[in-house]
Amino acid sequence: MWDFPLFPQSASTHAPKVDAVYIGLMIVSAAFTLSFAFFVLYFAVKYRRGSRADRSGIQDSNPIAEAVYITVPTLLGIGLFVWGALVYFELVSPPGDAVDIYVIGKQWMWKAQHPEGSKEINELHVPVGQPVRLVMTSQDVIHSFYIPAFRVKQDVLPGRYTTLWFQPTKVGRYRLFCAEYCGAEHSRMGGWVTVMEPSEYEEWLEGSSEQTGMAVAGEALFRQYHCSGCHGGNSTVKAPPLEGVFGGPVPLLNDPADPNSGVRIIQADERYLRDSILRPKDEVVAGYEPLMPSFEGQIPEEDMLKLVAYIKSIGRGRTTRPTTDRGMQDGEGAPSNITEIMGMGTGNGGDAR
Amino acid sequence: MSSEPHHDAPAQGPDLAGPDTGMAPGTIPTSGHAPGHDEHIHPAPRNPLFRYIFSTDHKVIGIQFLFSGLIFFVVGGLLALAIRWQLAWPWSDLPHLSALWDSSAGQMPPEFYNKLVTMHGTIMIFFVIIPILLGAFGNFLIPLMIGARDMAFPTLNMLSYWFMWPAFVLIVFSFFVPGGASEAGWTGYPPLSTAEWSTPGSLNGQTIWLMALLFAGISSMMGSINYITTVLMLRAPGMTLFRLPMTVWGLFITALLQAFALPVLTSALVMQLLDRVAGTNFFSPTGLSVANGPEEVGGGHPLLWQHLFWFYSHPAVYIMILPAMGIVSDVISTFSRKPLFGYKPMVFAIGAIALLGFIVWGHHMFQSGMNPALGATFMLSTMMIALPSAIKTFNWLGTMWGGSIHFTAAMLNAVAFVAMFVIGGLSGIFMAATPTDIHIHDTYFIVAHIHYVLFGGSSFGIFAALYYWFPKMFGRMMNETLGKIHFALSFVFFNGTFFPMHIVGMHAQPRRYADYTGFELFNNEAVIGLNQLMTVCAIGLGLSQLILVSNFVASLVAGRKAGANPWRANTLEWQTGSPPPHYNFERIPTVYHPAYEYSLPEAESDYLPQTEPRPPRAEPLDHIMA
Repeated sequence: MWDFPLFPQSASTHAPKVDAVYIGLMIVSAAFTLSFAFFVLYFAVKYRRGSRADRSGIQDSNPIAEAVYITVPTLLGIGLFVWGALVYFELVSPPGDAVDIYVIGKQWMWKAQHPEGSKEINELHVPVGQPVRLVMTSQDVIHSFYIPAFRVKQDVLPGRYTTLWFQPTKVGRYRLFCAEYCGAEHSRMGGWVTVMEPSEYEEWLEGSSEQTGMAVAGEALFRQYHCSGCHGGNSTVKAPPLEGVFGGPVPLLNDPADPNSGVRIIQADERYLRDSILRPKDEVVAGYEPLMPSFEGQIPEEDMLKLVAYIKSIGRGRTTRPTTDRGMQDGEGAPSNITEIMGMGTGNGGDAR
Repeated sequence: MSSEPHHDAPAQGPDLAGPDTGMAPGTIPTSGHAPGHDEHIHPAPRNPLFRYIFSTDHKVIGIQFLFSGLIFFVVGGLLALAIRWQLAWPWSDLPHLSALWDSSAGQMPPEFYNKLVTMHGTIMIFFVIIPILLGAFGNFLIPLMIGARDMAFPTLNMLSYWFMWPAFVLIVFSFFVPGGASEAGWTGYPPLSTAEWSTPGSLNGQTIWLMALLFAGISSMMGSINYITTVLMLRAPGMTLFRLPMTVWGLFITALLQAFALPVLTSALVMQLLDRVAGTNFFSPTGLSVANGPEEVGGGHPLLWQHLFWFYSHPAVYIMILPAMGIVSDVISTFSRKPLFGYKPMVFAIGAIALLGFIVWGHHMFQSGMNPALGATFMLSTMMIALPSAIKTFNWLGTMWGGSIHFTAAMLNAVAFVAMFVIGGLSGIFMAATPTDIHIHDTYFIVAHIHYVLFGGSSFGIFAALYYWFPKMFGRMMNETLGKIHFALSFVFFNGTFFPMHIVGMHAQPRRYADYTGFELFNNEAVIGLNQLMTVCAIGLGLSQLILVSNFVASLVAGRKAGANPWRANTLEWQTGSPPPHYNFERIPTVYHPAYEYSLPEAESDYLPQTEPRPPRAEPLDHIMA
């Protein structure tokens, strides 16, 4: 019958924390709403027209009362902000040992590809207890990747990568939705996330993966799109070599058209790789001529992911981020600049430099 | 007619040696009443075409806005009922309406559902709430409440109404173009809205939608300029800024908000129009390929639209609530027979909401891949905007405290506004807190929230205003009994319709889903049962409005004649005839005190019009307020 718990299933490390914030907000809201409703009804009855209530000593403004009801909500608001922000930062900071899975949204399906090469449509298999980071993009309109049981949601946009991470805690099958309205069949764009025991997951991967992993496929594409003609080891054209680029610092010209404009340093992440292929003249590596033609409109998104996976595979691992309590391995930070921006960016672990 | 040289009339009562003295007109030239200005009273035009249709009289224009807004209210409400029908009984025949779409089975195609969702939102926001609150009540009330003969720019005012007509025609016409009306949601996110083959409504309907909104925007802009100028320049002698009724404050700050936010929306609309018709790529990213078509050159970014759109559309939420806040402040004070609690804090709270309203738009985009540092900033600003809103609700409560409360239909609706706004405001905190927002974003929780603010808030505010000012507009009283029945039914059915949305939203039922029953998570008795309950209540809510319509029409024809001041209220509009003459006031009134001098111990009656000096013995009610 009406088997209707307050919250949907809870199956990730995020879920209890998000639910705790939710319950906290609910308590605050209920307290305000109920006391407000009480006073409205109480005043409505007591001070109705013609009642004999004592109306002496009533003020039209009261500085003490005003000070109290300005201060209390302010403190409450700041408290809720701090609590919410702490959970929020955790939600957007994937741990260093997260595995990457690539996702493409299109009208009206989700395609996922594992680094080992397994491809899935409207399905996503992940091992339990393992942090998973999804690198996502869309081929057409905006979609949104939503797994209610994990309390995670992230818009998936064309023309850029967005990421999402979660750590499943329970084996099972969970519903996946598209949450951003995307056209006629929006309400049919869904799928399943299957959380498996790690050993079963390994079996599943082997059973379903193709012989070539994404990076291997990317290497073939690297030759097919003639990238190797300039970036390869034996080329005569002076193009930056790509070995060890990903995950490390890259010096870029401040003004791509002017070699003397000075240099800024960025971290090579997926966004940088993608943009360098599509808009090479926007970010020119110091010491090189802006010779590379744009590959805009020539590489389908799926091939692009494979190319990026290949360039990552010859890089240094992920860009670094500060060590967290998760015991990050050297050189395995995840690309997240939030901690740096928030002034916590000291003590970079790893051998990235 | 008036020969009194009011500009040097004694603007000050003896009790007014307060800090506002310096602002009294006559001492400050910006009051705008050039000597002798109001001595020319223009008679009403004799030609009915110019008297009732192309009128420059703010009262006629206000009533024109009111009627067209109410007609679109019906249209938008019917669209909503069709949405609810599909949600309660998915894919069942909609009685009598199957002919609207070309489907042999009589079922509503998902495209049509998407049109309903899009057009319901668009019509309710841009063609109902904003035109009624600002166009109708703003026009009708501002000159009357500040003691002016008309708006500062009467012809511009007329144009602001007639610029709505291309918008009306276009939005209705868009249903009949190939592909049908827009389907991109009221938010019109590209690429869904710009890529022609992404959805049928983006074939042609979206272009018409953009043009309709452009016209509506121009109309609003004209109105805003007029309201700002009028409030600043045409106040009656003695009407200092801190003697303005809260309704005028609400409308004035809303007009400011609109004047600063609207240009951003207008440019975004033009950019999207260019993307659609001129081949520009403001919002199309590189390599975009819709429906497996050829990849686009691109170079733009869809997030740009979201920023521009929400930079207007978040303030738009306040544009739709601030005038209602002003209205209920006046209504609650009048019917509690008690001064408004904390007048100045109320004014500053409205100002703070308007200012903060400009820096919270990012909370609509927490999921878009925003830099978390920016996300946290928007989270903080959104939390902070709850504060002035809280101050206002406490002050409304304080106004009722110790009053002598007369529960008229207007008062009931005003109190309902306050209560529903509390729920809608508090559910907003769940969206401000990013972790919970990530879960509830794009679910029915958001739909519940916006309807608590815009129906529970704005619409109950509109009802309160209708019952309160109907006698002033048409010279007749509305039937109070019918008004109370209408209120009770609306209140119950409103909560029955929208409260369960919080619950199914927390259970992740996504919004804008033509059919949620395809998923086991929702295909159970509880979720479907709640959806059917909501639909039954929505139908009840729709039917209850028939009571309002019949009361409105019957009272218009045969209502009891209203005197000049049936509610015994203090503000200036009640100190002239009902309906007011073409020139509003026979003599421009002189204002002696704030609008909330109710139940003064020294006064003989329990109210004291702003045009009457305070009794000589009376102290100012309160130094903070006076």
